[in-house]
Amino acid sequence: MVGPAHEELEQGLTRVMNAASITNLQRLSGGASRETWRFTADDEEFVLQRVRPGTIGGFQVEPRVLSAAHRAGVPVAELVVDGAERTELQSPFMIVRAVEGETIARKILRDDRFNTARTALTGQLGVAAAQLHQIDASSIPGLVADDQMNRYQTVLRDLGEPHPVFEAAFRWLHLNQPESTSACLVHGDYRLGNIMVNEQGLAAILDWELAHIGDPMEDLGWLCVRAWRFGGAFPAAGLGTYDELFDAYASVTGVRPDPDVVRWWETLGTVKWGIICISQAATHLSGIVRSHELAAIGRRVCENEYDLIELLTKGTP
Amino acid sequence: MTAPHDRPTAAELLEALHEWMERDLLPGVDGRLQFHTRVAINMVDIVRRELELGSDQEARHESVLASFGMNDDEELATAIRSGTFDSDLSAVLTRLLPIVEDKLRVANPRYLR
Repeated sequence: MVGPAHEELEQGLTRVMNAASITNLQRLSGGASRETWRFTADDEEFVLQRVRPGTIGGFQVEPRVLSAAHRAGVPVAELVVDGAERTELQSPFMIVRAVEGETIARKILRDDRFNTARTALTGQLGVAAAQLHQIDASSIPGLVADDQMNRYQTVLRDLGEPHPVFEAAFRWLHLNQPESTSACLVHGDYRLGNIMVNEQGLAAILDWELAHIGDPMEDLGWLCVRAWRFGGAFPAAGLGTYDELFDAYASVTGVRPDPDVVRWWETLGTVKWGIICISQAATHLSGIVRSHELAAIGRRVCENEYDLIELLTKGTP
Repeated sequence: MTAPHDRPTAAELLEALHEWMERDLLPGVDGRLQFHTRVAINMVDIVRRELELGSDQEARHESVLASFGMNDDEELATAIRSGTFDSDLSAVLTRLLPIVEDKLRVANPRYLR
């Protein structure tokens, strides 16, 4: 569909890219607050992300995180334009070089073309996590610390839908909170679905918008949450064992992750996804965005309650 | 049996809707619309299972809450939050398992191990 808004964006991109021609401009996806577009500028492929015009948000920190990750050798899309403060495209944006591959978890887990990738992916995810955690967070202005446990406890309370299992999980988390060993750059949404995979394995880590300063084990725990296994039989991204993940991580840092600490973060991650499910349904119910897809997510809350009971009574979901 | 309504029953209506969506609607759509159609079929199935299992589950939910001396989830959630059950959270969770399993039997039975 090509309309005036589309043409205006094309013209804006011509100026931003200093290109002779912008072609193949197409919308890839859109969340509530962001749009993703792909386009060709003089025979090279790029991806644009911009704040949906009219909504609040920005790209204050993400482009800086992305460049720091790129410099550190973490597989990421290369930042081409940091548009946090620019106005050519009506709202803040960033442009990266396109990376080819697949992001859909079920395809990565099941398609034959990813047979080789699947054997390599757990190790690659362990290595990439370790590399990104070694980035000097103080070199990235604007990055802030985030207390995930208190944040989501508050979100649950504000939603006003009582869930005894989540309350029990929060009590367990409080009583068993590990000493944080370090505060570093954390990706914040490190999981299948947010990575680009090609036939060789990990091509790029995407979606850095939730990056913050926190405990590095947050990323490993989140990677293992059962929802992000997408039906796969193994804990790490549905594909690998904890040992494979931890060994790969240790090959970079020299320190093996403590399984109990990762399990604590996996438990918090499971509560967190459960609460996000409640709030997605609430987004529909309150009328902010009417959507049967969001409504249906409300009935996935109990999957997380079930996983939490398994985690806290048997040790593994 | 079906009074005050005629057949099809509510469950039979949903069954017919599921069949039509799967047989006639799904093959004609792709991409995002196909995904959203699958979501819709799944929602029809959730409601159908809730109609079938809901009343038994309501009774079980009440009896579990009563075993804690609580009237509703809110009371139990508040008691847990205040630390009342800190000494044996694992036992509390085990007692809550039947309620959660019931929710999964309606929402996504395949998730149960």
